[in-house]
Amino acid sequence: MKQTITVTVNGSARTSGVEPRLLLVHYIREVLGLRGAHVGCDTTSCGVCTVLLDGLPVKSCTMFAVQADGRTITTVEGMATNGQLHPVQAAFHAEHGLQCGFCTPGMMLVAKAFLEENPDPTEEEIRWAISGNLCRCTGYQNIVKAVQAAAQNMKQTEVAQ
Amino acid sequence: MTTVETAPSAEHPGWLGKSVPRIEDSRFIAGRGNYVEDVVLPNMLHMAILRSPYAHARINSIDSSAAMALPGVVAVVTGELLAQHNLAWMPTLSGDTQAVLATDKVRFQGQEVACVVAEDRYVAHDALELIEVDYEPLPAVVTPQQALEEGAPLIRDDKEGQADNRVYHWEAGDAAATEAAFAQADRVVSLSTFYPRSHPSPLECCGCIADVNPASGRATIWMTSQAPHAIRTVFALVAGLPEQNIQIISPDIGGGFGNKVPVYPGYVVATAASLLIGRPVKWIEDRTGNLISTGFARDFHMTGELALNGEGRMLGLRVKMLSDQGYAYADAQPSKFKAGLFHIVTGSYDIPAAHVVTDGAYTNKAPGGVAYRCSFRITEASFLIERLVNHAAVEIGMDPAEFRRRNFIQPDQFPYRSATGFVYDSGDYEPALDLALEQAGYAELRAEQQRRRAAGETKQLGIGIASMTEALGAGPSRDYDILGIKMFDSAELRVHPTGKAILKLGVRHQGQGHETTFAQIVAHELGIPPTDIVVQEGDTDNTPYGLGTYASRSTPTAGAAAALVARTLREKARKIAAYLLEVAEEDLEWEGDRFTVKGAPEKVKTIQEVAFAAYTNHPQGMDAGLEGVKYYDPPNLTFPFATYLAVVEVDTETGEWKPVKVVAVDDCGVRINPMIVEGQIMGGLTEGYAMAAMQQITFDSDGNCIGSNFMDYLIPTAMETPHFDLYDTCTPSPHHPLGCKGVGESATVGSPAAFVNAVVDAVSHLGVTNIDMPVLSSRVWEAVHAAQA
Repeated sequence: MKQTITVTVNGSARTSGVEPRLLLVHYIREVLGLRGAHVGCDTTSCGVCTVLLDGLPVKSCTMFAVQADGRTITTVEGMATNGQLHPVQAAFHAEHGLQCGFCTPGMMLVAKAFLEENPDPTEEEIRWAISGNLCRCTGYQNIVKAVQAAAQNMKQTEVAQ
Repeated sequence: MTTVETAPSAEHPGWLGKSVPRIEDSRFIAGRGNYVEDVVLPNMLHMAILRSPYAHARINSIDSSAAMALPGVVAVVTGELLAQHNLAWMPTLSGDTQAVLATDKVRFQGQEVACVVAEDRYVAHDALELIEVDYEPLPAVVTPQQALEEGAPLIRDDKEGQADNRVYHWEAGDAAATEAAFAQADRVVSLSTFYPRSHPSPLECCGCIADVNPASGRATIWMTSQAPHAIRTVFALVAGLPEQNIQIISPDIGGGFGNKVPVYPGYVVATAASLLIGRPVKWIEDRTGNLISTGFARDFHMTGELALNGEGRMLGLRVKMLSDQGYAYADAQPSKFKAGLFHIVTGSYDIPAAHVVTDGAYTNKAPGGVAYRCSFRITEASFLIERLVNHAAVEIGMDPAEFRRRNFIQPDQFPYRSATGFVYDSGDYEPALDLALEQAGYAELRAEQQRRRAAGETKQLGIGIASMTEALGAGPSRDYDILGIKMFDSAELRVHPTGKAILKLGVRHQGQGHETTFAQIVAHELGIPPTDIVVQEGDTDNTPYGLGTYASRSTPTAGAAAALVARTLREKARKIAAYLLEVAEEDLEWEGDRFTVKGAPEKVKTIQEVAFAAYTNHPQGMDAGLEGVKYYDPPNLTFPFATYLAVVEVDTETGEWKPVKVVAVDDCGVRINPMIVEGQIMGGLTEGYAMAAMQQITFDSDGNCIGSNFMDYLIPTAMETPHFDLYDTCTPSPHHPLGCKGVGESATVGSPAAFVNAVVDAVSHLGVTNIDMPVLSSRVWEAVHAAQA
């Protein structure tokens, strides 16, 4: 029995009929065709499936699509605005914060949500914030640098505005 | 002999040594990568694998009728069905055999027993629950020591002539010379240690989509493979498909680290299913499947003995090891070296005599023995020598840095032939060690350590050093192969009329930054900016043949091929420029991106102008175009080296420890893109730390795998992972065209010993001499208490 849900995804309302057991990550990837969220562990451990639900990071492999009914989701595809990279995306590139790219969308979304909550974090706070997301390539150091650089750039942009 | 060109001209700074931001990033930061799971084909089916719950059991029967009756199920594939097509067994990368789907018995927990192919992935998984398998459990063999006991259950009774569980016995070095060295030693020091089973665990699991077109017979297989060309040939040889009808495409890969070198049963069954059904079949592994059935790493029990004279000089090295191979010998390694390159065990030291004896045993565990970010078992060898050397220094009461210095191979000894036969290309170990000591503040650290020891403080300081040398970059093809396929690599370069270019390589990156690094090589040689060059890898129809990316071999092999093919094109470009400028070739000067006429520097043809002429105005009698292919077979391996220094704080009351400083001095020869190199080193250090501190796959006495998900198999997060301070020295490889050595694995190979040496150092004054990896807090606590009891 399919159930109809309406989810606002990256600013657009999307209505679909889904099976109640369909995982949110499969809804995002296969029903909506947004392939930036990945599947890595099935146990909520690795965070490559992270998306923002009403602005907060969730691991979309451990939620059902029907639980997102009526709510707002941001995926990596929704980070850039008007063709401009989000400062977190730009900083991941500038600071070499990614290698294979598989953890990157989840990692960047966590960083985005975190910086909105804490615009001036210490290294320790950044490490804690991203500790629900695993990376096997970078050793995290450049990810931390990228988040620091993004914080810096976001503050400067704010001052300029 | 190729010439080493490392110094760009003063006028043109060149592209070597520049931290060019990565070209490939743009798609990844936008969520527009293209991994296997992202590939969707019309009319595609989904496959799921049923795995054995037992480590060892006879299969009496498999009843798939209820599964077949489930709406949406298209097929259930069993070993029996595959056997009808002669596909129930396949060769491993070391020439042993491995079941595709079990027929007679299961031989490890997690072994592939049957596959369901269905219209929907959820239905495929539902159907797995409906397959009834009647197992008759058999006693499991879970250690290599057990496996080699008299009367142990025979694991490979399917193999004709296999009377016991021994996989191989192998020796290297000179036994008599080593005996003689030990006979004249003033002191013999020994250490036994175990390098536990670990798993590379890239965040993307394995998977494929096989699309066999029933009309054309053409098989297109998207696959998470680090070595697509080798896979194509193996598929042709095993399945009997004509090789021109097989196209393997490795799209973006979410990390590999050696895990994605082998051929896995899922790939074979999905391809067979697509062939039989006539529709594309997609198989995406789950994490548990990845951890319990795909290529593990390590699992070596090792004992080393070092013979020393009175001055602390090493005279001889004797090594014995026993390796747990799982139920199939499936190491990814050259066929000439049965135990991989373990016999590079003399490391950075001038040891006149060495003898290595190795035995491998079958157990009821997953096959694999992949390199996990090291070149063919070098990690185990490096760990043993660096632990043994440190242990010996403590035993003879010499500072471990001084003991290393006293025994290093000296710069004037290169090329150096080791006691087990490797010829090291170049090295200068002492400056790397000195730089590490200086940057860490070694003298002050030792003073602080003394102070804490004297005060009997709870938190003790430990300093661990590893001065490792490793061998990587296979070929040369005379010595290195995989299943008989020689280990060279290749590059094809096409410069388009507008001066832009495409570079196609036989290797396949998984995050190593090839699309930038290799573009920089061409940029350096031809002056075309890296952003004007597309690097293509992974599609066997559209790239020249090569053995893939692992063993840190891409820059040493394909990187060399890229430089050499670019130089060939430059020579053709010179002819065209001479024609255009109406001068003789020898009157032209190459300026990095243009030719000028000697004595008339205003007469210029840029590489872009020459490229255009190559298609529009080339000299009569010359082939049009500006493109070429180069296959490169290196004359030797390359031998990067490093000193890793870890400082740790150990709580002697709880056993908890954490790194407080990590200094890495790497020498990988010339660095093409230092930013990317440093990224590789930090990733490697993290995996080295992970193995030292937490990663291990263990089994209970029934062969149940403990470590089948990321809650049991611990991987470090940003919280545990230390900060790294990186430094470098540069000793170019004398035989690589750019002087490069490769680096992807150095830190994983070398750093585990630095961390273990540091923890042991912190509690050595309490009588602790060894703690095996992973150095869990409980083990530290136990070691301290045992030493003081």
